[in-house]
Amino acid sequence: MSGFYFEWSFLPKLAQGLLLTVEITGACIAFGFVLGVLLALGRVYGGRLISIPCGIYIHFFRGTPLLTQLFIVYFGLPNWGIQLSAFLSGVLALGLNTAAYQAEYFRGAIQAVKRGQMMAARSLGMSRIQAIRSVILPQAFRIVIPSWSNELILMLKYSSIVYSIALLDLMGMGKRIAARNFNYFEVFVVVALFYLVLVLALSQSLRWLERRVRVPGLGAPGLR
Amino acid sequence: MREGTMDALLLVEDIHKRYGKEEVLKGVSFQLQKGETKVIIGPSGTGKSTLLRCINRLTEPDRGRVWLEGVEVTSRKVDINRIRAQIGFVFQDFNLFTHLAALDNVRLGPMRVLGMRRDQATKLAREELARVGLAGKEDAFPAQLSGGQQQRVSIARALAMNPKLILFDEPTSALDPELIGEVLEVMIQLAKDGMTMIVVTHEMGFARSVADEIIFMEKGVIVEQGPPAQLFSAPRHPRTAEFLSKITELYGETEG
Repeated sequence: MSGFYFEWSFLPKLAQGLLLTVEITGACIAFGFVLGVLLALGRVYGGRLISIPCGIYIHFFRGTPLLTQLFIVYFGLPNWGIQLSAFLSGVLALGLNTAAYQAEYFRGAIQAVKRGQMMAARSLGMSRIQAIRSVILPQAFRIVIPSWSNELILMLKYSSIVYSIALLDLMGMGKRIAARNFNYFEVFVVVALFYLVLVLALSQSLRWLERRVRVPGLGAPGLR
Repeated sequence: MREGTMDALLLVEDIHKRYGKEEVLKGVSFQLQKGETKVIIGPSGTGKSTLLRCINRLTEPDRGRVWLEGVEVTSRKVDINRIRAQIGFVFQDFNLFTHLAALDNVRLGPMRVLGMRRDQATKLAREELARVGLAGKEDAFPAQLSGGQQQRVSIARALAMNPKLILFDEPTSALDPELIGEVLEVMIQLAKDGMTMIVVTHEMGFARSVADEIIFMEKGVIVEQGPPAQLFSAPRHPRTAEFLSKITELYGETEG
């Protein structure tokens, strides 16, 4: 049995990988946020013509493996003349995927806003879009924070699959270093710890955010 | 416009509304003069609230027409948002915007709908909150206010839009008995100040002392209407008498 020998000189490389992980996660979460909100609004307010296609989208991306989706984008799209860099492919596939999950969380949150809120806004003469912007979404965003935090943390961890399209994110970098030095155990444990620290930092910041924007009488049950 | 209705602020004509099999409104017509307070009474489930919501089309009537100062509200061509901005609505369960403090609840409409500047809207909102006796509660969130206070904020929210009339949909029905008085007081003061109002309520004291006219509705139609003195002392229709005696038994004769 060997002891735990971690070569500290790997750290800068791993930090570089970590940076890419953060970039990919940030980009795909942001993309998924925008698309997710639109999908959720389409589901709730769209009428059949919009709601059904949104539903199909959501079911497709939730019903198929993320890795398959990534490979379709990275290896499949070039057949159609669409050649994206590995980075863009990763962000796009992860973003399209998380959009579907975020859409479901947003839909739940929008539907958790009391019905009378829309009516009151409309009674003042607000258009539907104004009411959604000024009354429904500000409440839905507060309600959604806890489940949305889970999605963010999941995406941070799932982003590791981009190592499979040769990206040197935290996972990819770890794999390369470990393969060159034959110290898989040490390197991957350190990689795991990096993820863990990031996850803890993120969930703490989101908890802080949740407390900051919390309003009496609104929020996830039990957190009031 | 119809003959003899030129002076009516609001004209409601032959409103029908059906939910599935049940016809909730079976042709309701009335008119409202500027400055008038009309009180609608009647057993629950007779379409009173539906009628109110049909006036500003929060509920779309199946048939019939509504005019506000000669503009047809029910016309497909009308910008309903502009009409609604002129008609205040006070809900039974307040429906204050949960995520906004009292001041923001009141100034949101003027800012978003009327395009009022923030500082102006803030000044106006403070005035309206003071008018309903809630100076000092500007920063309170709805969940931190009592039901009576919430309902008064919602009246202030309606007032801030400078409406031509205000529709009250059972404004005190969701309140604990000891909180009803403070809301009725505000409404009585509004009536005195010349605000045009339609009030659906079970508060007979309020109806008797404030209404210019009472409409008794049952099963989707107007059974009888007239000044309170007439309805209370000499109802023409036996159903009116029956309802009034029953409701007085239930709610007492409390003067609003």
